[in-house]
Amino acid sequence: MARPLINVPATAKRGEVVAIRTLISHPMESGFRHTSTGERIARDIVTGFVATYNGEEIFRATLFPAIAANPFITFHTVATESGTIEFRWTGDNGYSANEQAKITVV
Amino acid sequence: MKALSRREFLASTTVAAAVGLSAPALAQGAPRVVVVGGGFGGASAARALKQADPRIAVTLVETSRTFTACPFSNLVIGGLRELSAQQFGYDRVAAGGVEVVFATATGVDARARRVTLDSGAGLDFDRLVLSPGIDIRWNALPGYDEAAAEKMPHAWRAGPQTALLRRQLEAMEDGGVVVMAAPANPFRCPPGPYERASLIAHYLKTKKPKSKLILLDAKDQFSKQRLFQNAWKELYPDHLEWVSLSNGGKVTGVDASTMTLSTDFGSHKAAVANVIPPQKAGRIAEVAGVADQTGWCPIDPVTFESKLVPNIHVLGDATIAGGMPKSAFTANAQAKICAAATAKLVAGEQPEQPKLINTCYSVAAPDYGITVAGVYQPVNGVLTEVQGSGGVSPIDAPRSARAEEALYAAGWFNTITGEVFG
Repeated sequence: MARPLINVPATAKRGEVVAIRTLISHPMESGFRHTSTGERIARDIVTGFVATYNGEEIFRATLFPAIAANPFITFHTVATESGTIEFRWTGDNGYSANEQAKITVV
Repeated sequence: MKALSRREFLASTTVAAAVGLSAPALAQGAPRVVVVGGGFGGASAARALKQADPRIAVTLVETSRTFTACPFSNLVIGGLRELSAQQFGYDRVAAGGVEVVFATATGVDARARRVTLDSGAGLDFDRLVLSPGIDIRWNALPGYDEAAAEKMPHAWRAGPQTALLRRQLEAMEDGGVVVMAAPANPFRCPPGPYERASLIAHYLKTKKPKSKLILLDAKDQFSKQRLFQNAWKELYPDHLEWVSLSNGGKVTGVDASTMTLSTDFGSHKAAVANVIPPQKAGRIAEVAGVADQTGWCPIDPVTFESKLVPNIHVLGDATIAGGMPKSAFTANAQAKICAAATAKLVAGEQPEQPKLINTCYSVAAPDYGITVAGVYQPVNGVLTEVQGSGGVSPIDAPRSARAEEALYAAGWFNTITGEVFG
C-alpha cells in the first residue's frame, strides 16, 4: 500500500486559514458487488478519518460504502501555532494508516 | 405535374420508383450531403457516400489543404519519423467525384439546412455530416491557454505542435526532466499518452540517457495498461516514471512562465513539458447545437444522426460513442456506417443495424507493438462492445510477436491512409 499523500503548507501566518489536502490509496470495496460466480465480495472500506493539530482534534469524517476508491479529503483550519498536524485513517479488517506534517506559524 | 426531361424522367423512375427518393431531395434534384471536416472520419465519409450512391452531390469542407495524421505522430516526436510522412492531400478524394471546398465552416442553420463558410459562401444540404475532431478546452486546466501551449505544447492535434515538442526535446540538455500530463477520460486516443511516453523515453534512453520522463496522470487505469507497464519495466526502467491519480498524479494547474506543473500534493519543474489538456468536440459541433453539456455529441448509433438536431450526423472523436474509443480506426469505421445510413435515408430507405470494429495499435519502441481490438453494436441505443469479441495482445508474448505487431501497425497506417486519401 502506497503512503498517504498529504499537503500542509510548511509555513503560515498566525490566524491564517490554510487548506489541507489528503489522499489515501484504498480500494473502498463497497460490499455490494458480486463475483462472476455470484459470491458477495466482502466490504473493505476506510470508515474513519481524524486530523489533530498539536493533539487537538480539528477534523473528523466518517466514511461509507458510497465513497469512491482512494478517498481524497480536503479541509481548512486556522494556523494557530507552530507544531504538528497528524492524520489517521482507520477501516475494515483492522486497517489503519498514519501520516503527519510540520507547520511553522510566524 | 411539370414536364420532365428525359434525364429527369430516367432519374425519377430509377430513383423514386426503385429506391423511393424522399420528396425534398427530388424537388431539388440530386440529394446534397455536406461533410465538414477532412480527417479520417470526414474524408472517409465523403468517399463512402459517393461510393454508396454516385448521384449524391457530396461536398467536403476542410480548412487545411494538407491533412496531418495523429496516428504515428508520436514517432515523429520521438525522432523516429518525419512529419511529412504524416501529411496527405485531397487530390484523390476530389478525383473520386467529391467536391472539396477549402474553407472553414462557421455557421449551421439546421432549419434552412445551410452551412455558412468563412468565405461568406453558403452550402445547402439535405443532410449534414460533421466530423470535427476535437478542440482543446482552454483554461479548463488552470494556466493552460493558447499562449501556454506555445511553451508547453499539447501536440494533441498533429502539425506544428508535434514539430514544436520534437524540437524542444532535441534542444533539451542531457539530464533535463520531461514532464507529461495525461487527462481524465474521455479524450482523443486513449492509449496515446502512454505510447507517447514510451517513445519519448525511447528517445531519452538512446539520445539523452541522463534525462527522465515523469508522466503525471489524472487516472489510475488506462488503455492497454498491463502491456504498457510491462514494456516500461522491460525497456525504460530508468527513464519513465508513471504517477497515477492515487499517487497524486492529477495535474491541477500549470505555469508556463516557470515551466511548472502542480498537483494537489506538490509541483514538478520541467525542462520540457507536454500537457495533454481536457478536450471537447470540434467547434462547429457547438455552433450547430449537436454538442451537449459534456462538450461531446450524443448520436444514434445506427445512423450517427445527432440526438439533438435532426438531419445532422456526427462521427469520430466528437461523438459520445458508448464503448468505442476515439481513434482514427473508429472514425473510419463510423464514417462507413454513417455514409451507408445517410445514403439510405436520403433515398427514403431504412438503414441496417451496424456492427463496427476498432483496432488501436501502439508502439512502445520501434520494434515493440501492442494492440487492443473490439467489435461494437448498438444495444439499447448505445454502442456496446460485443462480449468476447476483442481483446489485447497476449501479456506474455515473446519479443518476436511484439516486433511483428510493430510491422502490423505500420501496415495498418499505410492501409488506412491509402483508403482515406490515396
